[in-house]
Amino acid sequence: MTEFHPLLPGLIPLLPLLGFLGNGMLALVAGVRGAAELRAGAGAGKEKLGELAPPPWMRGLPSWIGPGAIGAAFLLTLMNFVGMARSGLEAPAIVRYWDWISTGGIRIEAALQLDQLSMIMMLVITGVGLLIHVFSVGYMREDPGYARYFAYLNLFVFFMLVLVMGASFPLMFVGWEGVGLCSYLLIGFWFEDREKADAGKKAFIVNRIGDFGFLVAIFLLFTSLGAVDYAGVFGAAPELLAYGGSTATAITLFLLIGAAGKSAQIPLYVWLPDAMAGPTPVSALIHAATMVTAGVYLVVRASVLFALAPAGSATVAAIGAATALFAATIALQQYDIKKVLAYSTVSQLGFMFMGVGAGAYVAGVFHLVTHAFFKGLLFLGAGAVIHSMHHALHATHKDWDAQDMRNMGGLRHKMPVTWVTMGIATLAIAGIWPFAGFFSKDEIVWYAGAARTGGYGALFTALWGVALVAAVLTAIYMTRLMVMTFYGSNRTGEREAEHLHEAPLVMTIPLSILAVLSLFGGWLNVPASLQESVFGGFGLLPMSDWLERWLEPVTELAQEIHLSHAGGYATASPLGGGAVLWAGIATGVALVTVGLTFRSVSKRGIRPASESGAPVGVVRGLLYHKWYVDELYDRVFVRPLLGASRIAWRWVDQILIDGSVNAVGSVFKALGWFGSLFQTGQVTTYAFVLTLGALAVLGALLL
Amino acid sequence: MTALLDAVGYDAWALHALVWVPVLGAIAVVLSSEERSKNVAFWCSAGVFVLSLGLWWAFDSAGPLFQLATRTVWIAPWGVSYALGIDGISLMMVLLTTLTLPLAILGSFQYIRERRRAFYALMLLLETAIVGVFVAMDLFLFYVFFELTLIPMYFIVGVWGGERRIYAAVKFFLFTALGSLLMLVGILYLYFRARAGGGAPSFYILDLLGTPLTIAEQLWLFAAFALAFAIKVPIFPLHTWLPDAHVEAPTPGSVVLAAVLLKMGTYGFLRFVLPFFPEAASHPTVVAWMLALGVIGIVYAAWVAAVQPDAKKLVAYSSVAHMGFVVIGTFALTVNGLQGGLMVMLSHGLSTGALFLLIGMLYERRHTRLISDFGGLARVAPLLATAFVVAALTSIGVPGTSGFIGEFLSILGTFERYPVTAVVATSGVIFAAYYMLPMVQRIFFNRLDRAENQRVNDLSGREAVILAPLVALMIILGAYPTPVLSRMEPAVRAIVEYVGSDGEAGALAELARGGAEVRAAAIAPIARARTP
Amino acid sequence: MLTEALVLSAILFVIGTFGVLVRRNAIIVFLCIELQVNAVNVSFVALSRYLGIDGQLFVFFVMTVAAAENAVGLAIIISIFRHYQTVDVDNFNLLKW
Repeated sequence: MTEFHPLLPGLIPLLPLLGFLGNGMLALVAGVRGAAELRAGAGAGKEKLGELAPPPWMRGLPSWIGPGAIGAAFLLTLMNFVGMARSGLEAPAIVRYWDWISTGGIRIEAALQLDQLSMIMMLVITGVGLLIHVFSVGYMREDPGYARYFAYLNLFVFFMLVLVMGASFPLMFVGWEGVGLCSYLLIGFWFEDREKADAGKKAFIVNRIGDFGFLVAIFLLFTSLGAVDYAGVFGAAPELLAYGGSTATAITLFLLIGAAGKSAQIPLYVWLPDAMAGPTPVSALIHAATMVTAGVYLVVRASVLFALAPAGSATVAAIGAATALFAATIALQQYDIKKVLAYSTVSQLGFMFMGVGAGAYVAGVFHLVTHAFFKGLLFLGAGAVIHSMHHALHATHKDWDAQDMRNMGGLRHKMPVTWVTMGIATLAIAGIWPFAGFFSKDEIVWYAGAARTGGYGALFTALWGVALVAAVLTAIYMTRLMVMTFYGSNRTGEREAEHLHEAPLVMTIPLSILAVLSLFGGWLNVPASLQESVFGGFGLLPMSDWLERWLEPVTELAQEIHLSHAGGYATASPLGGGAVLWAGIATGVALVTVGLTFRSVSKRGIRPASESGAPVGVVRGLLYHKWYVDELYDRVFVRPLLGASRIAWRWVDQILIDGSVNAVGSVFKALGWFGSLFQTGQVTTYAFVLTLGALAVLGALLL
Repeated sequence: MTALLDAVGYDAWALHALVWVPVLGAIAVVLSSEERSKNVAFWCSAGVFVLSLGLWWAFDSAGPLFQLATRTVWIAPWGVSYALGIDGISLMMVLLTTLTLPLAILGSFQYIRERRRAFYALMLLLETAIVGVFVAMDLFLFYVFFELTLIPMYFIVGVWGGERRIYAAVKFFLFTALGSLLMLVGILYLYFRARAGGGAPSFYILDLLGTPLTIAEQLWLFAAFALAFAIKVPIFPLHTWLPDAHVEAPTPGSVVLAAVLLKMGTYGFLRFVLPFFPEAASHPTVVAWMLALGVIGIVYAAWVAAVQPDAKKLVAYSSVAHMGFVVIGTFALTVNGLQGGLMVMLSHGLSTGALFLLIGMLYERRHTRLISDFGGLARVAPLLATAFVVAALTSIGVPGTSGFIGEFLSILGTFERYPVTAVVATSGVIFAAYYMLPMVQRIFFNRLDRAENQRVNDLSGREAVILAPLVALMIILGAYPTPVLSRMEPAVRAIVEYVGSDGEAGALAELARGGAEVRAAAIAPIARARTP
Repeated sequence: MLTEALVLSAILFVIGTFGVLVRRNAIIVFLCIELQVNAVNVSFVALSRYLGIDGQLFVFFVMTVAAAENAVGLAIIISIFRHYQTVDVDNFNLLKW
């Protein structure tokens, strides 16, 4: 056990930032070139938007700078990880750089904090990030905004690293809004498409609602604890905040608003499905693996506060469970392959929230990590499929939707690697042993059922039921996705089918690596209770409870509070039976569900999108239209706000305020007009009046 | 750097030079040719900016509250003196002014084609007046400069403005003149009250400070002063002159108006209203009203901004919203709140200045400001789009930009004392995105479907030179605002302590009692002048 | 002696005033103004005998100013005549506005 000396931690976020600057320069050069050609073309009356061939170095440089910066950051992270693992670090290592904000009333340092939690997050961000960057080299190769894409992506990684490495809540907020910004830019990457630009804007604004909550929480922390850095807050919180007190509850609820915004939980989840407008690797990195899990990270990071506020924790869990179920139902009836995955992400994030809300912080992080593997893989796989579909449809100029699963089918022959890897991910997310999702999801569901946080035992029992149903639904919609995409006969069209092909190596290699991770990722944290059973390989799996032990220094304090006040966890599920039994039931149910769904969807006669109408039946229609939530929000929030804005402008500003100002002016104008009636303009008249006046004054004096 | 400044005796002449060199420049402009006048004006204002940079080092944040102070007799019988001096707050305002003017002038090269000499002479006179406002240490002198800003601005809007320029110019003039005349009455009342105390007649700020006033007197005087400054800021519901003035003003006029002229209002609150009338300024009813107006301004102006068809008007309304943050930060009377308010002022100067410049550039290209006439410009003008997006994000207050620092601190400072107000104000962060992003989208994103838009040129070299320092400062101040904050801290702290104790404690009270050496040094010449 | 002088001055002044008010020809009006001015001058001179030299001093001032005024006034009348081809003051109401 040696002392842990962080190795150039500042360089880890700096490298992606430098990558951003490099790629950003290239992007601007490319943009200026493109604009010049466009103007030249417009002058000649040609219509050739976005199809101008850039010089080869415009392709080559970003391909190296983008992934290179992330790769270097990943290596550095790995070195730090090894150092940390060797040292047995207890207290977080904080590296201070400069006084960021120092007003005399508050002092916030630009400081990075390396501890076990941020390390896990950094590994996921740079690791999965690297794979997705490499994948993007293949996926985005032909896009005219290639350099710009990598610039944004690098910037995103920078902000994400700031988010998890920052040593204070304001610094986390910098990353928090920064990733939101990058998400905005990347969702609207193809900004010429109105819908895509709209989706980006929606994401930003909805996220801002969450950020509002986060900000208020920071203010509350500052006024109640006098500190906003982690060390100060978590040091003071147990003493200054009463367990279950209103301040602690308020702080956690406001933090929850922030987390719900970023992690797409009810009621702020609506932006994430629309966010699928961005390039697919972006969906994989930002909207599945990293950014959207920031809310979970936030709750775990602030676990001390949440442990002090059982009501806040219970709300987190309840919202998580509701979201998990709600989003899963919508995913059942979507045809766009990315939409299914988007709602699946929302649902899985709900699971994580449920876990951390139940006080199972490690389980939440565990699912976060495995989810990054398999959902990243699913999105990249979907990206490969869309890439291929797009090429096929483009080759014959067919105007079909490249993302509609009804237009796919039978792709397993054309794209075997994608098929196999996505299959593994599907089994993982469905929760089948021994894939990664099995362990993590099982742990969350188990803790949700076992939690008794501060008198909310009954609630958690109900949530446990919800979680089970949502887990079954997960298996159904994922199997449906796999069947519609890869099985049955091809529906793309005969000529098009010839152009369907497997993705290039630069894309399939990241897929394969993620598949391996989805397969074995669960071994990070095989619960001790399962260790000796068949699910733990009868003790063969070596890493039992590794993550639990790794994160212990971070979650220790929260767990202590939790146990001393809330009374720990039940040892049996609400329906009786121990962990091993329920693990068996879970994987069994999942297997059966997968099987049944496979049969029933395979038998269904699926027609291409152009030949099938809207779904029949009330329930199906409701699900297809996503419970009409977007429409509801539009009626209840968006339009009234716009209406109020118009009234404020037209009536209050122009008529009420400006009207009264102009009215004052009119009064004086009228007075002036009255006075002007006495003016003849003839000097003699004036002189006469003057004389009369003089005589009058003289008379008055004499008398 | 300090050694260099000492060698040239910078402290002794810097402030005089900053105030009067622009006037010399204006004379030079009048004497030069129509064609050459713009260059003369630009280089003169650029020179003033370079001169003003020395203040950054000459000002010692560990030194006395007011520095580089000088005082000479002007009108002896009335006790009017020509007194200049800066504290941390003035320092930043002066730097903002001297930075804005050359950029605004450079940005007007294309836009102003007629009567150039007159225009540039007026711009330089405006600079003199504004710098004078920020460095004047004598209330009479301050008032002269404060009113002097009106004249050039009136002509800039009224002569070089758009279609309804006369209406806008007159409205602007009447609004501000009304307020400042009431303030003049207040100034005179204060002056005679101070004189009634038995001292020699004086308009010197530190002499007037601590004048014994009953609470009723304080409230009346507060109202007179606050009205003048509230119109300038502007605070809801006195803001309607602003959108009209902005829309009709030529680009450089809008830039100066937004970036610096509005700050004279908030500066007035900090320099005069709070220290002169501490009991009134911390009176619960007054505070409640000011906070309420500030918050209404934030939310209301954001809503109104969101439905503007004209990009320039949208940005004008966003100014009102930004100034709301300054108002709440100021009247929360906490160190964080005041610092935040000041940061909002600086950041707003950068971001809104840049936005007006950019909209002006778009106008020069397309001769329209209607948002719906644009679309897809990011394709043909990527550099312009990038600059616009950065400025818009600063305006929204995204972390990493200076806008965030200001909003965060002003709301934080408010939250320390008035949490509910602060929470409502925080909703402003949502509404900022609600009005700014749709504009960005409709101008730069979406389809490039109009032939006119396809021919739009990207930034020229001159335009890039204008925008580069603004964009750079937005980012730098976002990443490392501490040097600015630490220079303003003593002044802010003095105000907070003084007002918080109803004028009894703190550095300002000490100055008012004549304890500080600054005052003694400043008074020496005037005392000599009095003795026959 | 003083009384006579003052009476003369008063009569001249009233004649002048009357002329300014009732005559229509601008030249005549102008001459009447001269009459008023000189009526005042008479008073000045008469009173200076009792009150000191100041009164006579003022007369010189008045005469100088009156000369300047004549020059300007006649110039205005001439330019008005060129414009309107008349010097009838009833036609001149440019002051309204």
